[in-house]
Amino acid sequence: MRADRSRLPDVGPDPAFRFPSIARHTLHNGLQVRTVEHHTVPVVTLVVQMDTGAVADPPGREGLAAITADMVDEGTGSLTAIEVSEGLARIGAAYDVDVGADATHFSLTTLSRFADRGATLLADILLRPSLRASDFDRVRQMRLDRLRQLKDLPSAVAERAFLWLMYGEHPYGHLSIGTAQALDVLALEDVAAFHAARFRPSRATITIAGPLSHGGLLRLADEAFSGWSEDSTPVEMEEPREVGLQGDAAVPTRLAVVPRDGAPQSELRIGHLSARRNTPDYPALLVMNAVLGGQFVSRINLKLREEKGYTYGARSGFDWRRGMTPFSLQASVHTASTADAISDCLAELDGIRGSRPPSEQEMSLAKASLTRGYPRGFETAQQVARSVAQLALFGLPDSYFEEFVPRVHAVEAADVVRAAERYVDPARAVTLVVGDYEAVAESLRPLGLGEPQVLPADV
Amino acid sequence: MLGVDSLTLPFNKRTLANGLDVIVHEDHHVPIVAVNIWYHVGSKDEQPGRTGFAHLFEHLMFEGSEHHNAGFFAPLQQAGGVLNGSTNTDRTNYWEVVPTSAVDLALWMESDRMGYLLPAVTPERFENQRDVVLNERRQNYENRPYGFALMAVTAALFPEDHPYHGLTIGSADDIRAMRLEDVQAFFRAYYHPANASLTLAGDIETARAFDLAERYFGELPPGPRAAPARRTAALASEVRLVLEDRVEMPRVYMAWLSPPMFDAGDAELDLLGDLLANGKTSRLYRTLVYERRVALDVSAHQSSRELAGFFLLVATAAPGGSLSDIAAIIDQELQRLIEAGPSESEMERARVQVAAHFMYRLQTVGGFGGKSDQLNAYNVLRGDPGFFPADLSRYREATIVSVRDATARFLGFDRRVILSVVPRGQHGLALSGSKPVSVS
Repeated sequence: MRADRSRLPDVGPDPAFRFPSIARHTLHNGLQVRTVEHHTVPVVTLVVQMDTGAVADPPGREGLAAITADMVDEGTGSLTAIEVSEGLARIGAAYDVDVGADATHFSLTTLSRFADRGATLLADILLRPSLRASDFDRVRQMRLDRLRQLKDLPSAVAERAFLWLMYGEHPYGHLSIGTAQALDVLALEDVAAFHAARFRPSRATITIAGPLSHGGLLRLADEAFSGWSEDSTPVEMEEPREVGLQGDAAVPTRLAVVPRDGAPQSELRIGHLSARRNTPDYPALLVMNAVLGGQFVSRINLKLREEKGYTYGARSGFDWRRGMTPFSLQASVHTASTADAISDCLAELDGIRGSRPPSEQEMSLAKASLTRGYPRGFETAQQVARSVAQLALFGLPDSYFEEFVPRVHAVEAADVVRAAERYVDPARAVTLVVGDYEAVAESLRPLGLGEPQVLPADV
Repeated sequence: MLGVDSLTLPFNKRTLANGLDVIVHEDHHVPIVAVNIWYHVGSKDEQPGRTGFAHLFEHLMFEGSEHHNAGFFAPLQQAGGVLNGSTNTDRTNYWEVVPTSAVDLALWMESDRMGYLLPAVTPERFENQRDVVLNERRQNYENRPYGFALMAVTAALFPEDHPYHGLTIGSADDIRAMRLEDVQAFFRAYYHPANASLTLAGDIETARAFDLAERYFGELPPGPRAAPARRTAALASEVRLVLEDRVEMPRVYMAWLSPPMFDAGDAELDLLGDLLANGKTSRLYRTLVYERRVALDVSAHQSSRELAGFFLLVATAAPGGSLSDIAAIIDQELQRLIEAGPSESEMERARVQVAAHFMYRLQTVGGFGGKSDQLNAYNVLRGDPGFFPADLSRYREATIVSVRDATARFLGFDRRVILSVVPRGQHGLALSGSKPVSVS
């Protein structure tokens, strides 16, 4: 039978999919454990989520959470940093640390036959780090050098400046790597104190996914982590103060520039603070973002890339946090197209709020791509463990995966417009340009965003 | 006990009458199917003055075909699919990962652009994607620290008429000069069933997969078999170059010509890259970064391609560390390896890591590097999708002696390219005797 090329083939009904079922356990020391049976290849992933992200950095100690996370695998007990890495390499483990705004994830993936050794190593790293002075000096210096290098990377410069514009001096306002001023004065004692106060079973959740029974997965956690004792000294930990929609900036800025002489492109960020991850409007915001800039066929990519050719790609998104989350459009555009691209972006932000509400076709495309593609994210043990850890991070229910599809389906076009009116506002948006200031300055004036605030690459 | 039994990648293969290879791998864990197609064409097949063409062409494949004369993303994303493509020196690949319910859609679209692309390629679409590609080049090369380094390295390693002289992205002048007419000849020469390999992996029965492949692709006529590009490259001496860039720290790139993919010595150099410079357990990390603290980072890998390979070692100087100190330490370590080879303990560690990484490669059906992509790679480059275990054996069978011999044979001090990338205006930070090179 030959193909009928007069029309695209129909897509059949969505295949059934059983999302992972999560079992929760609590070890006697208070450590929360979540296990997920994942029977594919013999690979196990463990994710330990410590309740300490960049937001936990004390003022003047920006980068403390990240350098602590970096220091813990620099030797444990009598082992040196190299010997710890040797231990990981000898089980073919992939060890990864991700310091986010709200939490830090320590992940270890290894072959099932090495799962016991993997869990033990991970526990050694987190519970019994040596925290030696010589390692600290080296790690701190490397982080300072890294910060210097980031000044040449336009995307990193933009991320750093944008966070600062959003949050000012609030602890969300810096990259997890911190600042040179803070790293200069950080001492090993800061790391030791931070570790002692924060790395406690009551502030951690471990998620394990792999081809074992819930009991077998739990045993891995129990044997490796049950010796973790809760320090009886109470710790006074200040929760980060609330930040409002306007952030902490004293004078609202509409336009900011980080000059980069001769740059062939301008790295753009356009956005503002918007909502918290636990907002009930989350599904409506996901659909809104899919229409506006969350995928290839979204409005801003079609406009800036496929219609105008200004960029290799443009997108928008929420950098979800427990607290106020930034929403932004991002693109790296040809220097000569900078002002036109900004103006197009601002017009799209305005359009989604009502002058151009999502069409029926856009709604159906956005919802279908979010829901039909959802099972794809549950293929590997690592994907599963990380997704479950996200539930822990944001306090979402174990039924979350099952409920996701119906919740997205329930979103109507009117909900999207309402969400956009409430959470997206071009009049409140800050436009940041990392680019050739001299080349673009004149063209920015007619945008009516006022005099730009000029920032250094390491604000 | 070693879990070796599960390290397999089973498949079935058939070749349609028009020459299209079809490979099927079943994996029913998640209700998704990966559709992956390789065309055996890359930047190695470009004509002089037309660099960057194969990649620009790849972009056009997403803009529409005769019977779906609109962007390819919308219908596939609406179906819950993801899709992408990439071009390198040797091949161009395209893939979709779709829910099982949308396999027909993906195959319809892939076959339509294989058979009926040209009527949809308009001057507007062509010019638009040319601008997009120029922006891709700006973003990933021109506006990125050290972004021009690899261009300078391959230009020095391979002579001007060698297919690997330039990077796949091409020169900006060539991209600007491209004409719509070039698209047609390129499509007819390379985009047809006899120059392609299609793999379906995932939640689909083998018999049904073959039926669908026949239904959608069987009608397409075969084209001419492409003549393989062949040129040789050789370095007769050490070439020292310096490039100024907007960077904070100087960096050294050392490169040697090395065996093509799967040839004798390729796996050994791959293992050498790991034990020499990848990760905290590697020799150079230990000396340069951990003990002497003259470098911020170091890495190495065997970049093996169809016609030739090159082995690349990269280290960034720490403040106070000089490139000449770094280069001297690298040479000392290479000399030790040339004389004595790796230790038994290093080989044991490498064997476990190889087994683990082959296993990790079996976790996903689609996307870049997933099982469907691997089956096509083996089929196109080896003529055998079943090469997975043999590939693993290449690493398992490597020995202290074979790694030592490959190091001695290929990584000679007197035939390599050494590029110093230094901050603007600080030419003096380069290795002595380096000749300025300009790349744009």
